[in-house]
Amino acid sequence: MELLLSPGNKELAIDALIAILKIAVIFNALLGLFSLMTYIERRVLAFMQFRRGPNRVGPWGILQPAADGIKLFFKEEVMPEGAHKFLFFAAPVVAIITAYVSLAVVPYGGPLVIPFYGQVTIFGRPIDLQIADLDVGILFIFAITSLGVYGIVLAGYASNNKYSLLGGLRSSAQMFSYELALGMSWVSVIMAAGSFRLGDIVATADRMNVWVWFAMQFPAFIIYMIAACAEVNRTPFDLAESETELVAGFHTEYSSMKFALLQMAEYINMITVCALASNMFLGGWLSPLPGILPNSPLWFFAKMLFLLFVFIWIRATVPRFRYDQLMDFGWKRLIPAAALWVVFFSGMTAFFGEKKSPPTTTAAVSTMAPVGQVSR
Amino acid sequence: MILDVVIFYGAALVALVSGLFVIAQRSPINSAFSLIITMCSLAVMFAMLGSGFIAALQVIVYAGAIMVLFLFVIMLLNTKQDEGDRGGGIGRAGIALGIILAVQSVMVVWKGAAGLPAKHAVTVSADVGRGLFASPRYLYAFEATSILIISAMVGAIVVARKEKEKGK
Repeated sequence: MELLLSPGNKELAIDALIAILKIAVIFNALLGLFSLMTYIERRVLAFMQFRRGPNRVGPWGILQPAADGIKLFFKEEVMPEGAHKFLFFAAPVVAIITAYVSLAVVPYGGPLVIPFYGQVTIFGRPIDLQIADLDVGILFIFAITSLGVYGIVLAGYASNNKYSLLGGLRSSAQMFSYELALGMSWVSVIMAAGSFRLGDIVATADRMNVWVWFAMQFPAFIIYMIAACAEVNRTPFDLAESETELVAGFHTEYSSMKFALLQMAEYINMITVCALASNMFLGGWLSPLPGILPNSPLWFFAKMLFLLFVFIWIRATVPRFRYDQLMDFGWKRLIPAAALWVVFFSGMTAFFGEKKSPPTTTAAVSTMAPVGQVSR
Repeated sequence: MILDVVIFYGAALVALVSGLFVIAQRSPINSAFSLIITMCSLAVMFAMLGSGFIAALQVIVYAGAIMVLFLFVIMLLNTKQDEGDRGGGIGRAGIALGIILAVQSVMVVWKGAAGLPAKHAVTVSADVGRGLFASPRYLYAFEATSILIISAMVGAIVVARKEKEKGK
């Protein structure tokens, strides 16, 4: 008992409590954002196609997601014959866990400061708007998203359905191919910031001025957006579920809440890539008019929502690729372009870059707790 | 510290059980899935030792990239069950090797070669980069390895192309 109440453990308990609190808030905020996104997407698509969209449930149809959720809860769970029982259950779970976990290292803003109140503290700890501030932030996200493929692949395999299997196969090849371009588009950002930490990247953008940063990273931003669109299986690249060829692809056999979970994973992945782009390329919570308007987490959310809107916009505009076009575009256009940009940017950095010493290790080491690093 | 112990034994247990599953499962897709879980729990070990960089690489390279290709092949061939039998010479050799390895590891633990304390091994990703490129100590070895990998890749492409042309 004495061991449990030692000062070190008390610190740890407070850290854990704050982390759990943040996780709870962000988890629920994301659930809300996800359901809102399903509504916004259908509504925006409808307006772009001169339709009305869902407008029956509640004012302007805003309660449509709730109605959908209730409907899905009462649907029958169907287990296809000959399905791999364990993997059939595991696939949506893998999909949703990987989707959520990668958001743990995304910073939503700097220290939480409320106007007219000041810095928010819990037990004397200033609160950062980030769950875990990892030294390897971007790599962590990359690792988790590369695990996210398994959700789709296993769903396709476990269903014992040839359309599902084809969808799963397609998506594994597609996500694997575009992951390369995605990773390469981050290199110039990492190089300029000299750190994998997302907070450091935003700080570098702040030092350079947001607009300079944006202009400097613009080619990487375009490559990132294309690759990210393919990575989350959004419309010009939704070969994994192209309904004209594969019924519904990997989730053909899924029904009720398992289907809902797969859908949710897809939307949350979309939110993740937009949150990441907002931090890496658009300067996160920095104000677009530095010095005139204050920095605020609201800017982060505004930038993220705009990118989400762009994704919907692309869906309403661009028709789906053919599969061979998709592979050709990925391997013969996007990856060479990304590689070229990396080489060009490295050259520019070597000639014109500021001769900065890398971030001192002592500061980094002190935040590397042996277990999950909990930011304060 | 209690948390460390709990996480270590948890990850170790998961790694061992899923490692057993890799060889005990009949269907190849279950084995591949178990191997992914083993690799992820190894990544937890690396993270606990203070090297988040190696942990991330472990997941990206092994669990994320290589195992996707494994699964891809398994799904393309759509093998439901392992057809070959597991007895015979190779099985017995495997058992013998396993026993030797087990005896060795018990001996290592018995002698108390617990290795360095974990705190000294804390590495930051920037340190890894500086270690690799700042001094010529690892630089040449690193560059040579990358050339080796590229030549292997080119070789694989050449071999695949030749077979395709023969098929036509």
